[in-house]
Amino acid sequence: MNALPTPNDYSAYPDRAGRFGDYGGRYVPETLMPLVLQLEESYEAAKADPAFRAELASDLTHYAGRPSPLYFAQRLTEHFGGAKIYLKREELNHTGSHKINNCLGQILLARRMGKTRIIAETGAGQHGVATATVCARVGLPCVVYMGAVDVERQAPNVLRMNLLGAEVRPVTSGAATLKDAMNEALRDWVTNVHDTYYLIGSAAGPHPYPAMVRDFQAVIGEETRAQVLDAEGRLPDALVACVGGGSNAIGLFHNFLNDANVRLYGVEASGRGLDTGEHAAAINGGRPGVLHGNKTYLLQDREGQITEAHSISAGLDYPGIGPEHAFLHDVGRATYLSATDDEAIEAFQLLARLEGIIPALESAHALARLADVTRDVGKGGIVVVNLSGRGDKDLAAVAEHLARRA
Amino acid sequence: MAGAGRLQARFAALKAEGRAAFVAYIMAGDPDTETALEILSALPAAGADLIELGFPFSDPMAEGPPIQRSAQRALAAGMTLNGVLETVRRFRERDQTTPIVLMGYMNLLLTYGLVAFAADAAEVGVDGLIVVDCPPEEADPLADALDRTGVALIRLATPTSDDARLAVIARRTAGFIYYVSVAGVTGVKAVDTAGVGLAVERVRKAAGLPVAVGFGIRTPEQAAAVARVADAVVVGSALVDEIAAGLAANENVTSRVLETARRLAQAVRSVGQATVQA
Repeated sequence: MNALPTPNDYSAYPDRAGRFGDYGGRYVPETLMPLVLQLEESYEAAKADPAFRAELASDLTHYAGRPSPLYFAQRLTEHFGGAKIYLKREELNHTGSHKINNCLGQILLARRMGKTRIIAETGAGQHGVATATVCARVGLPCVVYMGAVDVERQAPNVLRMNLLGAEVRPVTSGAATLKDAMNEALRDWVTNVHDTYYLIGSAAGPHPYPAMVRDFQAVIGEETRAQVLDAEGRLPDALVACVGGGSNAIGLFHNFLNDANVRLYGVEASGRGLDTGEHAAAINGGRPGVLHGNKTYLLQDREGQITEAHSISAGLDYPGIGPEHAFLHDVGRATYLSATDDEAIEAFQLLARLEGIIPALESAHALARLADVTRDVGKGGIVVVNLSGRGDKDLAAVAEHLARRA
Repeated sequence: MAGAGRLQARFAALKAEGRAAFVAYIMAGDPDTETALEILSALPAAGADLIELGFPFSDPMAEGPPIQRSAQRALAAGMTLNGVLETVRRFRERDQTTPIVLMGYMNLLLTYGLVAFAADAAEVGVDGLIVVDCPPEEADPLADALDRTGVALIRLATPTSDDARLAVIARRTAGFIYYVSVAGVTGVKAVDTAGVGLAVERVRKAAGLPVAVGFGIRTPEQAAAVARVADAVVVGSALVDEIAAGLAANENVTSRVLETARRLAQAVRSVGQATVQA
């Protein structure tokens, strides 16, 4: 890739134009520009307001159940025989994933901005559930766009959202997955700009979303830092997280960006294999382009038409990646690996059997690369994996996959 | 005469006639390359004063269902950005006066290369370019590329644009301003014909350019109402819907589109005379 100057402070991005190096920006229709600019202004004001920060901190503690534990996975460590493995237990948060961190922050912002209707897109349904949850709590109507394919494969989360009072709108265009849900959510936003807040769950979309979602998820890395120092008296050697849009990964990485000795690994979903073309690995199998408001790595054909992603994990089944990851890849600060559907399923089963934890299929992609990462780091080293969500929602998909393979 | 010059000439001629322009939007390659070219070539005779030619993108986030489906048909039939330019080249073999403005999304242009695209578009006879997901904040590289060629960068103004925003929109733009008359996607909400006049005045004053109005105009009545206050009336979804309906009924899509275009053009031409100001 292009040789970019090595920045002195990786955590200083984005710049005023919403750029992480060449990535990010605000590629939205003109109707949305005033809204996007207003959102940036409101977010900057909220961030600087001690009352906002205090209310969010209180919600994270008393409603979401933070801090989430950092758990030493002894049997998993012994299984691989390399570095010590710690799991950051984001799956223990209220609603079962890291998504609640961001939703609690953005719903406070939406109320500050006087918005009366919330929309969201969701893939696996984890962000949809978290959004429906915070909307129920503050009494705002909520519409969640979800690809029709995902509505089917993540049925438990659809039930949850309905129970929480949200309206789930199945999207049938395209491959009827996360990309198409995001298109529909953007169309809704353009149509209802005056009263509607678009609560994006990925560290993607037009500026300020990638920075804002990262900031709200950065609590993961802040806690991890304190917890690992407490347990081991030093920083970890490596952090590992799955990457679709990349919100759980950037949340874990952010606090460590300037610690040069901490290696950062994102794991993309390589679906049926990078060489099959049926995958969701934007960095490993795509190239830079513009979609959904930002410039970043995308799966696309020679012409620039966006191609369909594939992953067994609905939450990773997206042809792009957050722009900060694109930047961290280009400057070489983070390394982006990938794991196939089969590898994720194996890791899913392994964690269940060795540690008594059923991970989300998304998080299982990160677990699937532990053999390599713990070997590279070696005995005596420390690796932290973000266990971004729990896997109850995936039981049907896993059973079906195993039955097909048998 | 080409580029912004051809647009200026057309708007000047219409001003002399004392009427608004009828702008027809179709998607290149819908339902296939040859039929789309046939429609395009016949649109001026059917009363189109300007043509907006869409280039299909897989993820058109500002389009409603009619133009989404139009893009899908065009892509399924194999249309590419090169194919779009070839369509314009063939149109220009027989028509050197009707301005053509391309309309679409940023990723295809980035893939093609902005400088190469601007040069090739100018060479085949494209006069203007509208990029839906490229607001002024992101447009400088594109504007730089177009500046060397004379192809006009046409910007969108919307019901959410206040005066400060209009000043930003008006920078580095040429040809005309496209006023999106409804907050929404194409072809879904109906234009508020009563309110649009004031908005057009505001945009015209801020930009000093002719103002075309589109996004919510389907019927001859709406077209006539907008023609009383705007410099140009854009209809897209109602035309591409005729393609869908023609395909579904196994009828000749070209004649269906042209018939609808004729009715809309007549409606635009039936009003205006003294009330159009530019």
